[in-house]
Amino acid sequence: MTSAVSLQQVSRHFGPIRAMDAVDLEIAPGEFFAMLGPSGSGKTTCLRVIAGFEQPTAGHIEIFGETAEGVPPYRRNVNTVFQDYALFPHLNVLDNVAYSLMLRKVDKAERHRQAEDALAMVKLSGYGARRPGQLSGGQRQRVALARAIVNRPKVLLLDEPLGALDLKLRESMQEELKSLQRSLGITFIFVTHDQGEALSMADRVAVFSDGKVMQVGTPEEIYNRPNSRFVADFVGSSNLLPPDFTATITGQRAWASLRPEAIHITPSDGAAMQGRVTARSFMGSTVRLGLYVNGASLHAVVPASGNSANVDDMVGVLFAPEALHLMERET
Amino acid sequence: MIVLDTGAILPRRGGIFGALSDAFWRHPKLLVFLMLTPPVLWFGIIYLGSLLALLLQSFYSLDEFSGLVVPEFTLSTYAQLFRPSNFDIIVRTVLMAAAVTLASGIVAFPIAYMAARYAKGKWKALFYLGVMLPLWSSYLVKVYAWKLILAKEGILNWVFESLRLTPLLDAFLSIPVIGGNSLSVSYTGTFLVFLYIWLPYMILPTQAALERVPVNLIDASGDLGATPFQTFWHVIFPLALPGLVAGSIFTFSLTLGDYIIPNIVGSSRQIIGQAVYAQQGSAGNIPLAAAFTVVPIVIMGLYLWMAKRLGAFDAL
Ligand SMILES: Nc1ncnc2c1ncn2[C@@H]1O[C@H](COP(=O)(O)OP(=O)(O)OP(=O)(O)O)[C@@H](O)[C@H]1O
Ligand SMILES: [Mg+2]
Repeated sequence: MTSAVSLQQVSRHFGPIRAMDAVDLEIAPGEFFAMLGPSGSGKTTCLRVIAGFEQPTAGHIEIFGETAEGVPPYRRNVNTVFQDYALFPHLNVLDNVAYSLMLRKVDKAERHRQAEDALAMVKLSGYGARRPGQLSGGQRQRVALARAIVNRPKVLLLDEPLGALDLKLRESMQEELKSLQRSLGITFIFVTHDQGEALSMADRVAVFSDGKVMQVGTPEEIYNRPNSRFVADFVGSSNLLPPDFTATITGQRAWASLRPEAIHITPSDGAAMQGRVTARSFMGSTVRLGLYVNGASLHAVVPASGNSANVDDMVGVLFAPEALHLMERET
Repeated sequence: MIVLDTGAILPRRGGIFGALSDAFWRHPKLLVFLMLTPPVLWFGIIYLGSLLALLLQSFYSLDEFSGLVVPEFTLSTYAQLFRPSNFDIIVRTVLMAAAVTLASGIVAFPIAYMAARYAKGKWKALFYLGVMLPLWSSYLVKVYAWKLILAKEGILNWVFESLRLTPLLDAFLSIPVIGGNSLSVSYTGTFLVFLYIWLPYMILPTQAALERVPVNLIDASGDLGATPFQTFWHVIFPLALPGLVAGSIFTFSLTLGDYIIPNIVGSSRQIIGQAVYAQQGSAGNIPLAAAFTVVPIVIMGLYLWMAKRLGAFDAL
């Protein structure tokens, strides 16, 4: 099956800056794909290359099997929801949403009807006559979304669309985006630097660092089996264990990750591995403990009930060797 | 870390500025009052006051026999504006101002567009210099320079002659109304000089408006399927329109009010500025001069009202 978007060794350099460096990605049709990475890691550049605002310095791009290099943005059936919405201030909400239909010379009544439908889809019926300036941030975000989906693009690119929203609105928008994507069946490519958002929403996630893709996989793979220190560190709350520590348990010298939930606390007497509690914070049903074990700092998340370990107590530390995930990459 | 030996509240700053800062902070309105008083006095009394005095004069009339102003309310002076000789002046002026404004808009837009969208660093400085430089030299020098350029013995004629195009120029000059003996004594000449002199006032606001069009709106438009031409027409132009209108207010009202350019380069038929000058000067008819001055004010009011109705300020 042809990929919705296929990047083959795509690079985009700005002088000495390698904003994208030999990126390979295959994004399947209908997939909800997230690009995750710290600030400046090249996520926006990658989206702009797919949208056609930037031309790659090297490499090959296909969109639904068709070569995209040299094709201007207006000939790509790919729409973008911009981070700062980019709504047209001189048009009202309805005309903003109907913009792409207007360009295609759809007649006025028909395009307004379709725009109303799109507004209804983002729960903004009745806001058509307003100017973008008269809307809240969350409402503008929905208008931008309605404008991008009104003509049913093949691929929708979203650049941190929820970045400016407060937590509650953000969570409800996450669900709405997800269900919208399911009902439309459009391929979504979603940029975020919030790992929780990426892991909870996406079918697959690509983790970016310094213009390179470090790992691509399902949220479970990324979370449970990070292939590098960078991914383990960025994606999550996993413990990172240095090669010296790993060697004492597995005999193999490699960086490893260990999920905090996999660690059990036992009484210190007779335990094979002992550690000192360095921090303790109550999280409701669980307790998060900082531990110092054999020269490594770990943290564990354990059930709150029956755990009375206090800071500076010595405890036994227990985990199954299989829970230790060895990473194939050096960094 | 540097540890300063101070309390939580810092001591008062000494001196008059310290005392003033405290006073202004406690009474913010005092500052506003002090800042606004001089301009309000200037604008309110000297400027608006003299404008009102002028308006008042226009409701007086001139006694035809004694040549004295009769300070009694009458509309007869305004009625005089509609005499054919005076009304012609008004129509002529408005047509000239409209032509100058339209042409400035057409000439200024591409220049402003290039400067706003493409010029960077050194080139932008060069643009500002190029646009502003003419404003630094005397207006009279420039107008007289144009008189020489356009005169019968002038450089333009010489160019036409060298290119053997003189018949073309003669044919143009033989057109009634816009033609004349030579370009320097024709409406076309007046128009060209107006166009040149006011052009910076059209370019600068247009460029400023274009500069404020966010790049991501242009990206968004292309993303939604607009060709560069469609983006220009549906996004860039409407957003730059307030700047064009601001520029047109300058070119239009400056042309309506000017009397020097048409005196030096132009035909003997007057425009409003010259009429005002003649009426208040040699003719001593202050009321009619005042009534003539009210005309541009009314026209500008109508123009702005129409511009607003047509949505020129929607992007503001
Ligand atoms: N037009 C440009 N000219 C020069 N450098 C650029 C340009 N655009 C991006 N860069 C550089 O490329 C790198 C990647 O930028 P990009 O905007 O893709 O990051 P990002 O992952 O989207 O970051 P953020 O999360 O902060 O939005 C950065 O170092 C940035 O400074
Ligand atoms: Mg970005």
